[in-house]
Amino acid sequence: AAVPSQVVPGADPCARQLCFAWGPAEVLVCETLFGRRGGSPSRGKGGPGRASPPGALTGCVAGSGEAGPSSSRLFVVRKDQDIYIQTLRKLFNESHGIFVGLQRSAEELAGKSRKAQLVQVSKNYRSVIRACMEDMHQAAISTRDPALHSQYSTQVSVLSAMELIWNLCEILFVEAAGAGPLLLRLLDWVRLHVCDVDNMVREVLSSENPSKHELFWNVVDVFVLQGRMDEARHLLAKEASANPTSVNMYKILDDLMKKMPVPSLGNTQTLTEMELKWQHWHEECQRYLQDGTFASNSHMESICKILLGDEDAILEKKELMTTWYHFLVTQLLYSHPTVKPMELRMDLFLGGESSPEPLDMILMAAFEFEMHQVIKECSIALSNWWFVAHLTDLLDHCKLLQSHNLYFGSNMREFLLLEYASGLFSHHSLWQLGVDYFDHCPEYGRVYLELHIERIPLNTEQKALKVLRICEQRQMHEQVRSICKIMAMKALRNNRLGSALSWSIRAKDAAFATLISDRFLKDYCERGCFSDLDLIDNLGPSMLLSDRLTFLGKYREFHRLYGEKRFSEAAKLLLMLMTAHIAPCSFWMTLLTDALPLLEQKEVVFSAEQTYELMRCLEDLTAGKSDKKTCQDDDIETVKVEMLRLALARNLARVIVKEGTLEGS
Amino acid sequence: EDVCAKFVSQKISKARWRPLSAAALQTPDVFATGSWDNEDNRISIWSVGDLGNVGLSGEYQGEPQLLCDIRHNGDVMDMQFLDQERIVVASSTGTVTVFRHHQNNQTLSANQRWEKAHYHVDQDTPCGGAACTGVICNNSEIVTVGEDGRINLFRVDQKDAVRTIDNADSSTLHAVTFLRTTEILTVNSIGQLKIWDLRQQRNEPSQIFSLTGDRVPLHCVDRHPNQQHIVATGGQDGMLSIWDIRQGTMPVSLLNAHEAEMWEVHFHPSNPDHLFTCSEDGSLWHWDTSTDISEKPSFLHQGGRSTTYFSHNTTNQSVISAWLSNDPTKDRMEITNLIPNQTLSVNSLDILGPCLVYGTDAEAIYVNRQLFA
Repeated sequence: AAVPSQVVPGADPCARQLCFAWGPAEVLVCETLFGRRGGSPSRGKGGPGRASPPGALTGCVAGSGEAGPSSSRLFVVRKDQDIYIQTLRKLFNESHGIFVGLQRSAEELAGKSRKAQLVQVSKNYRSVIRACMEDMHQAAISTRDPALHSQYSTQVSVLSAMELIWNLCEILFVEAAGAGPLLLRLLDWVRLHVCDVDNMVREVLSSENPSKHELFWNVVDVFVLQGRMDEARHLLAKEASANPTSVNMYKILDDLMKKMPVPSLGNTQTLTEMELKWQHWHEECQRYLQDGTFASNSHMESICKILLGDEDAILEKKELMTTWYHFLVTQLLYSHPTVKPMELRMDLFLGGESSPEPLDMILMAAFEFEMHQVIKECSIALSNWWFVAHLTDLLDHCKLLQSHNLYFGSNMREFLLLEYASGLFSHHSLWQLGVDYFDHCPEYGRVYLELHIERIPLNTEQKALKVLRICEQRQMHEQVRSICKIMAMKALRNNRLGSALSWSIRAKDAAFATLISDRFLKDYCERGCFSDLDLIDNLGPSMLLSDRLTFLGKYREFHRLYGEKRFSEAAKLLLMLMTAHIAPCSFWMTLLTDALPLLEQKEVVFSAEQTYELMRCLEDLTAGKSDKKTCQDDDIETVKVEMLRLALARNLARVIVKEGTLEGS
Repeated sequence: EDVCAKFVSQKISKARWRPLSAAALQTPDVFATGSWDNEDNRISIWSVGDLGNVGLSGEYQGEPQLLCDIRHNGDVMDMQFLDQERIVVASSTGTVTVFRHHQNNQTLSANQRWEKAHYHVDQDTPCGGAACTGVICNNSEIVTVGEDGRINLFRVDQKDAVRTIDNADSSTLHAVTFLRTTEILTVNSIGQLKIWDLRQQRNEPSQIFSLTGDRVPLHCVDRHPNQQHIVATGGQDGMLSIWDIRQGTMPVSLLNAHEAEMWEVHFHPSNPDHLFTCSEDGSLWHWDTSTDISEKPSFLHQGGRSTTYFSHNTTNQSVISAWLSNDPTKDRMEITNLIPNQTLSVNSLDILGPCLVYGTDAEAIYVNRQLFA
C-alpha cells in the first residue's frame, strides 16, 4: 500500500513546481507555472476522473504531455493499485460475502463454538485466496504475452505469500491451539507451503526402484524433517528388504520412529503424560546413538540425530528445508514438542537468515506474537489494503486487538477498513462493495460513505436508483436530496419535465417542484396546451408537495372540467384558485382570460356573488399594475382588461335578471 | 447444493437462456449475460451443458464455461434472444445492437445496430443518447423503450425504425413486453401500466392502468403465457402487483414482496403457476400457486429455506386462475426465497424448463438446473 516515497515517472520537481489535489483514493499531481510568471497555477481540466489502464503502476500521464518542453503535465497517482487487477475482483467480491457474514454472525456463541466459527471464517478467506491464486496461475499459463505472464506470476507469488501469512496467523492467533495440537498445525502449515521439495518426492516415488534412486535418502530426510513418520517408515521398509544384512538396524530405527510420541488433538493425555513419554523415548534414541547401532550407516545415524533434535544434524539438511520457518518447526518437533505458544520466541533466533525479506519479517513477527507488527509489516509490503483490512477485522472479532489505540482515527480495525473501502470506492464498479465495509465502521464509516457516495457518477437512472436506495436505507437525507436534484436537473436539461417532476417528488423537494411547475405553466402559456398530461392528471397526493404544483394540478383539473362541459364546477374552481390565493399573481390574467368563454356562455355560469368576486380580482390585479411603468405590451393588456370588464358587466346584468326572476317565481 | 456459482469479475445486469429449438427435447444449456458499470462492458455466452463435465450419476457438476464474449459500448440495460443465434441488446448509450452468436467457431459479432435509437432533444450535448431501458422481441419485430419516454418499433434487417412514438410517456419507461402480436405493455416511473396498439396511428396508449396512492415506480412487467389478460408487475417498493387488464384500472392484487426494487418478474413459460422475482435487496423469490394448501401441513419448511404463505387481497373475480382467484381454500401461495445469504442486488433472472439462471452485483452468475427437483 503506502510506499514511503514514490517518484511519479516524468514529473520533475526540480524543474517545475508541483501541486496536488486529493481525490477519493487518488491524488492529482500537476506541474504548475506558479512562481515563474507569478500567475495562478495552471489548472488541468478534468480532474482525477480517468483511470489508468488496469494493473498500471502508480502514476500515469494525462493531459497534453508530449507536446514540447513548456507544456505542463497531469499525473494521477493511486495508492491502491491492486483494486484494478481484473482477477482479484473475484477475491474482493467473494470475501465481501464472508466479511458481511462475519459481521452478522451473532457473538452469542460462546467459547468453543465461537472459536470454531471464527476458524471456519478464516478458512473461508483462505480458500478464496487459493481459488484466486488458481485462476491467476491459469491466466499465467494461458497467456502468450511475456509481460502479462510475469505480471500474473508475480501476483501468484503475492497471493501465495498472503495465504502463508494468513494460515500462520490462523494457527497462532485465531485457533490459538494448546501446546501439542499447535505443533501438529504448524507441521501441516509447513507441509502445505514448503512445496519446493514436492517435485523431488514425486520423482523418487514414481521411479521404478525408489530405494536405488540417488535422491532416496533426501526424500526420507524430507519426510522425517516434516514429521511424516509413516511415509518415512514406508520408504525405509523398501530399503530394508533390499539390504538383508543390515535388517536389524532398519528394524531398530523403524521401531524408534513408530514409538515417537505424538501429541494428540483430543484431550486424551495431559501434558505431563506426554512429556514423560517423550523423555523416555528420547533416552532410548540416545542409547542407540551412543552404542553405535547406526555407525555403519551415516544416513541412518543422521536421522537418529535428527530424532534427538541435534541442531547441527538438522542444519545439515538446510537445503531440504529451504526456509527458516521449516527449520524452526522441525527444531520444535524434535527438541521441544510440548512447546507452549509463548515459548516459541526462545527458538526463533536459531533460524536467523542472512538478510530478512519482508515475508520473513512478517512471519517472525507472527512467531513472536507481535500481531500489530504483523499488520504493520503487511501494510508496508503488500500493494493492497485487502489483506490487512480483512485479517485485522478477523483478529478484532477474536477479541485480540482490543487494547491497541491509534493516535489518529478510531482504532486500527476501523482505520484499515476505511482505507480498503475508500479504495473500492475509487473503482468505477467495485464501489458497491465498499458500502458494507463503511457500514461496519462505527465511528467514521458514515462520514466516509456520505463523502464518497456523492462522487459516484450517475450515468443512468437505474444506477441513480441503486445509489439512492443505499442512501435511503441509511437515512442519508442530505445525499438523497442531492441525488434527486442532480437527476431532476438532468431531466430538466433534457426537457423531460415529467421525469424531472417525479425525481423532485421522490426527494420531497418543494422548491424544485415549484420550479418545474413554473416550466409547465410557461409551456402552457406559450403553446396553449399542456404537455405531459399523463403525469399532471395523475399527480395524486404528491400534488400537495408545493403550492405551485397544487395550482398546476388544480388548473389542469379546471381544463378537464371545462372540456367535459361541467361549466359551473369549472367556474367555481377557477374562482377559488384566485380567491384562495392558490394561483400566483402573475397567472391571474391568464385565469381571468380563461373565464371569458364561461362569461359568454348561453347559460349563465357565474352567480352575481361570483361575478363580483371576479371583478374584485380584476381590480386588484389592475390596481397593482397601474403604479408600474407602461409599455406597448400593455396595449394588449388594456384591451384584455376592457374586454373582461365588458364581459363581466354583461354577465352581471344577465345574472341579476336571472336571479331576480328565479326569486320572483 | 444443486446451484453452481461462478465469479466473473463484472457486475451482471442481464442473464438470458438461449431459446430451445422447437424440435429437440433437451434442457437449456447455453445462456448469455451482459454486464454494467464497467469501463469495458461485455456480452458473454456461457455453456453449462458440456458433456465432459457430467458426473457419474449423470447429474451436472461443473460451473458455467465461457464460450465467447464481445465488448459492448455502455451498460447492458436489457437483452433478449431474437432466435437461437441472435441477441438484441439495449445500451445505456441509447443504441440497440443485434449480436450474432456463431456457434460453429464460438464467436460473437455485431450484426446490426441502431445508433441512438433513444436520445434527448438537448442541443447542447452532441452525444445526447438516452438510456434504452427495455427491449422485447416477437419474431422479427423488436420494440424498445427508454429514459426519453420514446417507443421504437424495429424490424430486423430494416435500417430505419418502422414506427417511433416520440414522447410516448412523460416519465421514464422502465420495461416493455408484448401483450399480443400488435399490442405492447409498458411500465413507467410514475406507477402506470399502459397498453399500446401499434396498429393505431394515434400516439397515445389505448389504455392506462395505475397504482393508487403514492405513484410508486414500476420496474418490470410480464404477461401470463397462456392467459393474456393476467399481467404481473414489480415496483420500486418491492411490491408484486397482479393486474387483470380486462377490467378496472387498478391491480387485482398487491403482494408484499421484496424490501427494495423488484428488477425482474417472470412467469414460468411452460408452467405459469410458478412465478419468479428478483430484487435489489439481494433476494430471489419463487412464487408457487400450484400447491393445494389443504393437502399440506401449514408449517411446511423445506431444508432451511424460509417458506411463507401470503393471503391475497383480491377484489371480486370470477376467473379460474390461481393468480386471480379469491377462493379461500386456494387463496394462498407458497413463497420460497432461493438465496439464503443475500447481500448485493440480484439484477436479472431467467427460467426455462427446469433451469434457472441469475446474475448479481456481487459479480457472480448462478445456475440451478434442477429447479423442481
